[in-house]
Amino acid sequence: MAVFKKPASLAEVTTSYCPGCPHGIIHRIVGECIDELGIEGKTIGIAPVGCAVMAYNFFNCDFIQAPHGRAPAVATGVKRSLPDHVVFSYQGDGDLAAIGTAETVHSATRGENITVIFVNNAIYGMTGGQMAPTSLPGQITQTTPYGRDVKIAGYPIKVCEMLSTLDGVQYAERVSVDCVKNAIQAKKAIKKAFQNQIDGKGFSIVEGVSGGPTSWGLGPVAALQWSRDNMRAYYPLGVYKDRDTEDKTND
Amino acid sequence: MSDKVLMKGNEALAQAAICAGCRHFFGYPITPQTELAAYMSKTMPKIGGTYLQAESEIAAINMVQGAAAAGVRAMTSSSSPGISLKLEGISYMAGADLPALIINVQRGGPGLGGIQPSQSDYDLATKAPGHGDLHILVFAPSSVQEMVDLVSHAFDSADKYRMPAMILADGLLGQMMEPVVLPEKAKEPSELPKKEWAACGHEGERKHNIVNSLYLQPQELEDVVKARYERYAKIEADEQMCEKYMTEDADFVIVAFGACSRIAKSAINIARKKGIKVGLIRPITLWPFPVDALKEAAKNAKAFLSVEMNMGQMVNDVKLAIECKKPVEFFGHTGGIIPTPAEIVAKIEKMQEEIK
Amino acid sequence: MTDINALFAGFGGQGILFMGKMLAYAGLYGDKQVSWMPSYGPEMRGGTCNCGVCISDEPICSPLVTTPNVFVAMNKPSLEKFINDVEEGGIVILDSTLIDSVVERKDITVYYVPATQLAADNEMSGLANMIIMGKMMAATGVFTLEDMEKTFRKIIPAKKAHLVEKNMEAVKLGAAL
Repeated sequence: MAVFKKPASLAEVTTSYCPGCPHGIIHRIVGECIDELGIEGKTIGIAPVGCAVMAYNFFNCDFIQAPHGRAPAVATGVKRSLPDHVVFSYQGDGDLAAIGTAETVHSATRGENITVIFVNNAIYGMTGGQMAPTSLPGQITQTTPYGRDVKIAGYPIKVCEMLSTLDGVQYAERVSVDCVKNAIQAKKAIKKAFQNQIDGKGFSIVEGVSGGPTSWGLGPVAALQWSRDNMRAYYPLGVYKDRDTEDKTND
Repeated sequence: MSDKVLMKGNEALAQAAICAGCRHFFGYPITPQTELAAYMSKTMPKIGGTYLQAESEIAAINMVQGAAAAGVRAMTSSSSPGISLKLEGISYMAGADLPALIINVQRGGPGLGGIQPSQSDYDLATKAPGHGDLHILVFAPSSVQEMVDLVSHAFDSADKYRMPAMILADGLLGQMMEPVVLPEKAKEPSELPKKEWAACGHEGERKHNIVNSLYLQPQELEDVVKARYERYAKIEADEQMCEKYMTEDADFVIVAFGACSRIAKSAINIARKKGIKVGLIRPITLWPFPVDALKEAAKNAKAFLSVEMNMGQMVNDVKLAIECKKPVEFFGHTGGIIPTPAEIVAKIEKMQEEIK
Repeated sequence: MTDINALFAGFGGQGILFMGKMLAYAGLYGDKQVSWMPSYGPEMRGGTCNCGVCISDEPICSPLVTTPNVFVAMNKPSLEKFINDVEEGGIVILDSTLIDSVVERKDITVYYVPATQLAADNEMSGLANMIIMGKMMAATGVFTLEDMEKTFRKIIPAKKAHLVEKNMEAVKLGAAL
């Protein structure tokens, strides 16, 4: 009989995430994938600046804490030094799609053989709920108190769509962990993103459409529902790029 | 002994880094350091190393940070405006106790400034190479040979003290060719000491390593910074380097580093022929500043003259070193103008008049 | 030997920097102290370009050649820019095919070498600089033809060895003027 337990690659500590925040679930999925692939001993994680800044405390693999937005550059430095190791960055939307846009786009276009776990909750959580590059039009945040006015603040960035135009990208998929079915799909995607790296296939990114129960001013259940009702339309789930299947189509 | 070869300063810096066992270079193009990156792009692929042209200076320094955290010898090079962009990464590396080499082939500033030689990043390098309480090791070569010698020393010192090191060169040194003797035996990366703290995969054999500069508890952060400052104090006591030239009987001591010190030596030779007793103290380490040698020279000298290719950024360090016991004057040019020996002699003659 | 502080100046593409390098290498192989310092920046791309070479028995202090005792000018703007900086008693060699003016200073020795024309007449395309170089060697007495040939052999890769002869022909032509 299978016994439910914590993945071995996750540390025996309590995370600092808000109750109901999908970060915890995504951490668990990453941990399960690392366990199942048997790669903890040769994995180096890169923590962002943002809610997941202390991810280095929550995993048992080696970890480096990167400056805001620079995780893909730091990951590049590690991967180029240790090409036989597994390197993943774990980043939020402000980190990956605002201050670190250049690092994201260029590590992707170089086809850097790394795995990027991108958690999009459409808000800056750690600093207390400001507008993110992925905040929805009309979304109320601390710095868009009248709702995000696209005439002033511009439009949200659709990261998977944008990166899928780049030749260097092996794989880009957007997932959700709002229900068991989606969480199972998210795990398949994350595992594939790691497997791609092990197989030397190049840059893989999995974007998790997440929710910020505290920053959004909603409870955990309501936050999930808000995510389903509002974010899904703007950020449809699915595979945006997969060179494996593209190659098959070309055959 | 290896053969003497003629090399450009920039190329010599690159070859010296390779000889020191560095196999990871990350950079972004900027004048006047371009030849360094070009040399790396040509050489690294042939020796199994990494040359990567990053999308920005910021990305380049963070790639260096990643490589350094993974435990390898890594470096980047740039010139003044690019160094401004690298300060974020330098601060993080200082905060995470990471060794790496940053080369600054200085040009005139502020802003886009110019592309001619300058020393106007003295304060940046020695006082504030990023946000927070920190120092980095700063070396100032004055010849192409010394560039070669200091690269290896800078890497070793950075490893020893677990902190970033900077070679503060300038456009003149980077562009000029001089004869150099390269190290007879190049170091292989495999010969370098293992870094037990590196995030390179624990292979199930140890607890996980974390490379980090975040300490949210004030007491914890203060403790970490204070421990680092104890290390800095040891460096200030043990690692000062300078060259003394004709200081024994000098009435006037010029303090000049890098390219400027060469001009100062020409000036000293001219002044000596005129019967004026002038000497030179040439700081080789700018941080730590060679306080001891200056203090010693202050016993007999009548006055000091700081000669710099900036607006006098080193003057206060000279004053502090000699505890303001003797007058300290300044002569220099900025913007890419190099002082001439004649100008320096004229300044010394004026000082001599005033002291009489 | 008196110190050589040589300044080479002309247009980009005339082989100005290479002349300087040749002199520096000759110094190096003659066990002298040497330095070579180019102008750099946008002027390299087709504008004026220059380099200074110092050769001495003593360590070189300043590598900047502000008062040259040897000055090679390959175009008129360079001649006009630097002629007044030449040290008293200095030697000037100019390409008189490209420079039609006469130097007025009487305290320096000026050699007018129609190098570009000579190169064209003798099927030495692109070697005007080496004709000038030969004249400079002869006028200053600083290095012999043997020194030059030795230097060419060291710096020109073996697979381009035929270039040694071509360059030496030009140098000899200049030296014999």
